[in-house]
Amino acid sequence: MQEDKITTANPLGDEPAASDAYARYIKHKRLAIAVLAAVVLAVAVFSMTMGSLQIPAIDVVRAIFGQGDARAVAAVQNIRLPRVATAIVAGVALALAGCAYQSVLRNPLASASTLGISQGAAFGASLAIIVFAGGAGGSAAYEGISTADPISTALCAFAGAMLSTVVILLLSRIREMTPESIVLLGVALSALFTAGTTIIQYFAEDSQVAAVVFWTFGDLGRVNKSQLAVMAAVTVFAAVFFFVNRWAMNAIESGEGLAHSLGISVNTVRLSNMLVASAAASTVIAFCGIVNFVGLVAPHVMRRLLGADYRFLLPASALAGAGMLLVSDILCHVVVSPLILPISAITSFVGAPIFIYLLFRGVSR
Amino acid sequence: MLEAHGVEFSYHSGAPVLRDVSLELPRGSFAAILGVNGCGKSTLLSCLMGLRKPSAGQVLLDGEPMQKVSRRARARKIALVAQHSHANRLTVYDSVLVGRHPHMQGAPAAADHLVVREVLGRLGLSSYALRYTDELSGGEYQKMVLARALVQQAETLLLDEPTNNLDPANQQEVMREVRREVDEQGIAACAVMHDINLALRYCDRFLFLRNGSVDAAGGRECVTSERIKRVYGMDADIIEYGGSPVVIPR
Repeated sequence: MQEDKITTANPLGDEPAASDAYARYIKHKRLAIAVLAAVVLAVAVFSMTMGSLQIPAIDVVRAIFGQGDARAVAAVQNIRLPRVATAIVAGVALALAGCAYQSVLRNPLASASTLGISQGAAFGASLAIIVFAGGAGGSAAYEGISTADPISTALCAFAGAMLSTVVILLLSRIREMTPESIVLLGVALSALFTAGTTIIQYFAEDSQVAAVVFWTFGDLGRVNKSQLAVMAAVTVFAAVFFFVNRWAMNAIESGEGLAHSLGISVNTVRLSNMLVASAAASTVIAFCGIVNFVGLVAPHVMRRLLGADYRFLLPASALAGAGMLLVSDILCHVVVSPLILPISAITSFVGAPIFIYLLFRGVSR
Repeated sequence: MLEAHGVEFSYHSGAPVLRDVSLELPRGSFAAILGVNGCGKSTLLSCLMGLRKPSAGQVLLDGEPMQKVSRRARARKIALVAQHSHANRLTVYDSVLVGRHPHMQGAPAAADHLVVREVLGRLGLSSYALRYTDELSGGEYQKMVLARALVQQAETLLLDEPTNNLDPANQQEVMREVRREVDEQGIAACAVMHDINLALRYCDRFLFLRNGSVDAAGGRECVTSERIKRVYGMDADIIEYGGSPVVIPR
């Protein structure tokens, strides 16, 4: 790879110390990301040791490769690994989406929640559970809770989430909007979708309302392997897309006028990044339900620790998002074991204090 | 060469902001665009930059209409020191490296790093290359912005109020650096300015805008008490000091 190949030769006679220091600086950033990746991996393995069947870490690793005790292999491969993989993929997708939103909208509060994407998904899920599956189509998976077909719920949630994005993108194309206006538009759409969800719930049966509330709790365990494959494919595409755009994001970070003068089509980058970020976030929300704060907090923390260079901020945020969701998932299982708490509440409990701490420390942006 | 011929421009509200503005920016010259707030200086710079399309007239880059020049080709020939840019958690080195974007093939190559180091050294920025830009003083930051424009290695440098919010010493330093680039690298520079004396000291061509029209264009001889009265509505004397004219408001 060509990037950051810092030559130590000094043909122009400038200061070699500066280039050596920059090479060290880059090395430190990469080391930090490698350490973060190792921590996420360790937390993932630790997470798989826990459950009704305690499995030592070494046996978890062996079970991943189909070796060792049959019960451990079955527990890890069928239940724990998919759940951990879902947490990692969802965390990466939400954090990358948050990172992209905050970059192209130049707003630290931009996330799937503030742009109406989560609310659009909840509206779509409400439609699926209450309107489309109401009465004959509903089934009783839990006592007192009626549920729609999970696939149609996911599709409607995805459609609702993307509807919010499409409205924002269309309006911003019709009349050129500032990033601030786009965020305000997202806030207005959030209110509209929330109002729509409330109206639908008002006319619904108690069991249907319970189903919607249950869906919005978020649950990593409801994702099956084929859904996980879809989430992973969208997330990998988003990661590659954002990585290709990392220098454009660095330029926009420094000002729109600068980005224009560097030959970057700011509107194209903004719209395409928003579309890809929304697709990634919407896919996760459609399959897992609402997962709060990951997309907001993970990029903030990494921006503070590693700076705003998207070469490093993107992978670091992705890893932080994965780590945050893994830790939240562990807490869901251990806080009032054997009950499993809603992941959306736990991510808020983990994320909100970090966010408040950053505010009090005066995070830039 | 960057040139404008009979450029007119109106915003959505309809009132013309620029009327029949023409200028040329040959290499080796440093032009100042002068006039009161709201007379169209920054809009003219946007048109020259290709960011706004004139409603009449045209901007030519090396004889080709600006609208036909690709963004990338334009960015290799024209660099902008914008009035508004944001200090952030990017290091000085990386912020300046962003300026190489028009030359990058996806990622910076060794040659891009060489240019960045050379310009940082030339502007005396090497010692704080690894500081975040939101930790710089105003003067340091403005020199970083200038360095970022210079690494584009463009033949024309446009500056929108480059000395705003700087103390007198930093104002002189920034203008001196631009003048040095014009003299040593043979680039063309054009700055929107408010400080006439700073312009008189470092620029060699002057364009006075009044209500969106060119009131006068030329060398130092066009900077007269009568013109300052007409353009700024201000009485002023012009005296010679150290071989350079100085405007002294009455």
